[in-house]
Order: sequence, then C-alpha cells, then structure tokens
Amino acid sequence: MAEKDYSRKLVSMVEIQKSFGKVEVLKSVNFEVGHNEIVGLVGDNGAGKSTLIKILTGVHQPNGGEIYFKGEKITIHSVERSRELGIETVYQEQALSEQQTMWRNIFMGREITDKLGFLKIKQQRRETEKILREQMGFTSKAINTESIVKYLSGGEKQGIAIGRSLYFDADLIILDEPTMGLSLAETKKALDFIRNVKDIGKSAIFISHNIYYVYPVADRFVILDRGNVAGRFLKSKITQDELFEKMVHLAKTGKMR
Amino acid sequence: MGKTFIARELRLEISILGVFIGIFLLFLIGSPRTFTRFDIYYSFMSTIPFSGIMALAITLVIISGEMDLSFPSIMGFSGWVFAKLSNVLIESGTNPNLTILITTLCCFATGIIAGALNGMLVVKIRIPSLVATIGTMFFWRGLVNVCGQGFGETLVPVKDTFLFKVFIGRLGEAIPAQALWFLVLTAAFWLILKRHKFGSHVLIVGDNVESARMMGIRVNRVKMTVFMQMGFCASLAGILASLEVTYLWPSLGEGYLLRTLAAVFVGGTSVFGGVGTMFGTFIGAIIIGSLEGGIVAIGLTGFWTQLIYGLIIVVSLSIYSYFRRRE
Repeated sequence: MAEKDYSRKLVSMVEIQKSFGKVEVLKSVNFEVGHNEIVGLVGDNGAGKSTLIKILTGVHQPNGGEIYFKGEKITIHSVERSRELGIETVYQEQALSEQQTMWRNIFMGREITDKLGFLKIKQQRRETEKILREQMGFTSKAINTESIVKYLSGGEKQGIAIGRSLYFDADLIILDEPTMGLSLAETKKALDFIRNVKDIGKSAIFISHNIYYVYPVADRFVILDRGNVAGRFLKSKITQDELFEKMVHLAKTGKMR
Repeated sequence: MGKTFIARELRLEISILGVFIGIFLLFLIGSPRTFTRFDIYYSFMSTIPFSGIMALAITLVIISGEMDLSFPSIMGFSGWVFAKLSNVLIESGTNPNLTILITTLCCFATGIIAGALNGMLVVKIRIPSLVATIGTMFFWRGLVNVCGQGFGETLVPVKDTFLFKVFIGRLGEAIPAQALWFLVLTAAFWLILKRHKFGSHVLIVGDNVESARMMGIRVNRVKMTVFMQMGFCASLAGILASLEVTYLWPSLGEGYLLRTLAAVFVGGTSVFGGVGTMFGTFIGAIIIGSLEGGIVAIGLTGFWTQLIYGLIIVVSLSIYSYFRRRE
C-alpha cells in the first residue's frame, strides 16, 4: 500500500480484521474520523459496530490492520492506553455511581488529591460547578455539585458522562448507543450534549441503530453490515429518508442498492 | 429540594441521634440514680470500644458491597497468638516491654493476614464474601480450639508495661484508654470515608462495581484492602478485650458478631453498599453497647435484653427506611 498521509485525519483505522474463533466479525474495515467531525456509525445488531469500537478503545486487539491517531501509527493494548491518547468512551450504562454526589462522579477514578491521597474537595467542587454551568449548560439551581446522580433524568446522566469525558481533555469521544432507553424529551437533551462536543472543537463517534437520532447531529455516516463497510455518506449528499431507505434495503437484501 | 447528599445524610444522622437521645432519656427516667452518676458511663467506656472498633471496620466492608462474618474468630485467633506468644517470650526471659511490643506486632500481622485470606477468597477465587467468611469464621475459631486445646492464657506478666497502659490504661484514673482509641479511630475512619481517595473508591465500588471498573478503579485492590483493615481492627479489638481482663479466654470474640452488625445497621448504613456513615456506626455501637446495662439498671431482668435489642433494631431500621422511601 502506498504511503498515505494520515495526519489529515484524527483517527484512521486501516484494513482492520477481527475474528473470534472461526467467526470473522470484521473483514478488512476502513474507518476514519476527521478533526472536529461527528461520525455516525450505524448498522444492525451484529454488524460489528461495537467490535470495531472496542478495538479503538483497547478492549480487543485486531487480528490485522493498522491504526493511526493524529498521523502516528499506534497500537492500543489497553483501555488505559486509549485514555492516555485522548479517546474516551461514554458507555450505554454511563459508568456512573448512582448514589454518589455529582462531584464524586465527575472525578471517579481520577480524584484530585494531595500527596497523602486526601481529596481536594473544594477544588473538585469548583471544577464540577464549572463543568455543569459552562461546559454542559445546566442552568437549573436544582442540579448542583451536591446532587445525587440517581435523581437526574436519563438525558442528564448522559450529559454528566459526556461532560466528564470532555473535562479530561478527550479529543475523540465514543458514544455507544447514548439514546438507548431514553424518552423523547431526554433524547433531545442527550443530542444537544453531543452537538456541544462539535461546538467546542472535539470529535465524536456516535454509534446507534436508529438513523433518526444520528442524522441530525452527525456530519457523516458509515454503515456497517456483516463485518464490512456497506456505505459512506456525507450528510450534505443524502437526506434522512434516503439514508433510511438504503438501510431498509440493505437489511432485506444484504446489498446497498 | 432534599435531593442533595448533604441533606440526605444530615437527615439520617439526625434520626440516629434522635433514637440515641430517646433511649438515654428512657434510661434516665427509668433509673435516675444510676444514670446521673459517672460509674455506668465508665463501664460503658471500658466495654463498648471492643465491638465499636470492629463496627467501624465492618462498616467499610459493608459499604464496599461485601460482608465479613469471620471477624470475631479473627479477633479470637489473633488474640490467642498475642497471649500465647507473650507467655512463651516471658518464659524464655524476654523483657516484658519488649515482649508486648513483639506480640502486638505479631497479633496485628495475624489479623491482617487473616483478612487478606478473606480478600483472596473473594477476589481471586470469587466466592461470595458472605459464604467465604462463614468458612473462615469456622476455620479461625477451630484453630484457636486446636492450638489452645480449650485452655486460656494469662496476661498478668505484661501488666506493668508501657503498651499495656497505652492500650487500656486509665487517663486521670477515669477515662479508659480504649475509649480514646475508639474516638480516634472513629475520626480516622470518618476522614478515610469522606475525605480520602480510598474512601471514595470504596463508595464507588459498593455502588456499582462495573462503573468502577470502567472508570479505571482497581476494584480488586480496594476489596483486598477493605478485608485487610477488617482483620487489623479485629486483632486490635482482640488485644484490647483480652488485656482489659488480663486473661485470654479461648472463646474470645464469641457473641460479638450480631451485636457488631446490629450497631452498623442501627447506625443507618445500608446493607446494599454504596452508602454509609461512620458517625452512625459510632452512635449505633453506643446504643447497642449500653442497652444491656441500661435495661438491668432500669430494673428489668436480663431476660428482657434480647427482646429490647430486637425492638430497637426493628424500630430504627423502619425509621430509616421510611425516610429513604420518601426521597
């Protein structure tokens, strides 16, 4: 393969292959995310979306292919490594501690402490306040640094998880089905948080099997089907309905057109 | 909005304090002569700390989402190590001050190792802690029986040592040192739970293990540490309780299990993990520890104690549950 300049993209996954035993889950997938771009990764259940993402976050190792991050070839051997690089995942289950306060949740696993390990609570509260008001745009007095996460709505919880990853300077945020199980109003809130990622200049991968949620916020769509990329579309080149038609057709026939 | 953490915790602690004050008012009304004099408080201060210290430690275990039923047996075995080793060293002509220092360290080590064993069974072999510690509960108690053959050990030879005074001496002839240790440890546990990274991790692990893992908290290490500090506190309680009577009974620790757990739950810590209060455990230990004496002082016979234990536990748990549901 000819030398290609990978520095124009934030992430390039090149000819990624992955099998579990005899099952070939990914068959040479090329996938890219640009700077300040939101990519919608769509596809039916079992298409390989989450396997592809887990390779990017270091949960799985690919059997073949290369990964470039900010132009440099890398191997991602662990979740910690992907975090160091600036890749954060917001899981479906959000990884929150429901009975704890907002500030303990924002800093969980990455507490600000003194040398003896004692928490700098004032500082953590101040930073949390900043994240809430400035980064996430919470204005309601009812939500503050001492709020218990359990009592937030689903969309707000998603917001906390996204805000937390932004705070820790992620360049790429991976959102795994962030609207799953949310009501319509809550979905709208969660989508606003995702738009916010774009506004502050970061990139995101938005994984979903629901076109109607992905379409409004993504710049570009990549459709996975049975371990292959079945199509790539710029939002400017395709309407929501056309995209939907294609997905339905793909599901029925296994072909793009 | 009562949905902030501070509001919730304050309400819980006020209700615990309410139960506590209620009970002491009953004592005061029932037997003003006993409860207006210092003697009964002196006796409370000398006996409550043994289970109180273990109650603090088990609170941390319960918050982390685990359980430990073996601590009374660990208390017994490490206490036996302490007493037996003391006699062996004294007989071989070792200076008593040096003896008690060595045996204290050995006793702590025994407790910590026993706690680490519980931790390994839970973390590595993946036995649920409730079950694993039933096993170790029998094991350590059995070991005391096998090693001691049912005999106790005197602790008189280490009575005139410095550490003896540190552990259970009397401050100004009035305040038992173990009461001060209980106070100091309560403050330390409060600090660890509320103000230290480790406490934060314990809360998060007990709240949702999967979330903790995803956010990079070393869950296994947190659990190991939690079981080890339980072992340590059980061994400390073993030293205090046996030195207090300058004799090691081979049954040391028996009868502490349910009382200690009752103190934690009367104190308002949730059995489901993720939340808990050291202040509550402190008050809970005083409530549970003073009931027996109080009941007898009021003029009821000892037959009443269990019935009243039961009442207090059920009533206080109902109050907390009522508040939780209303949130």
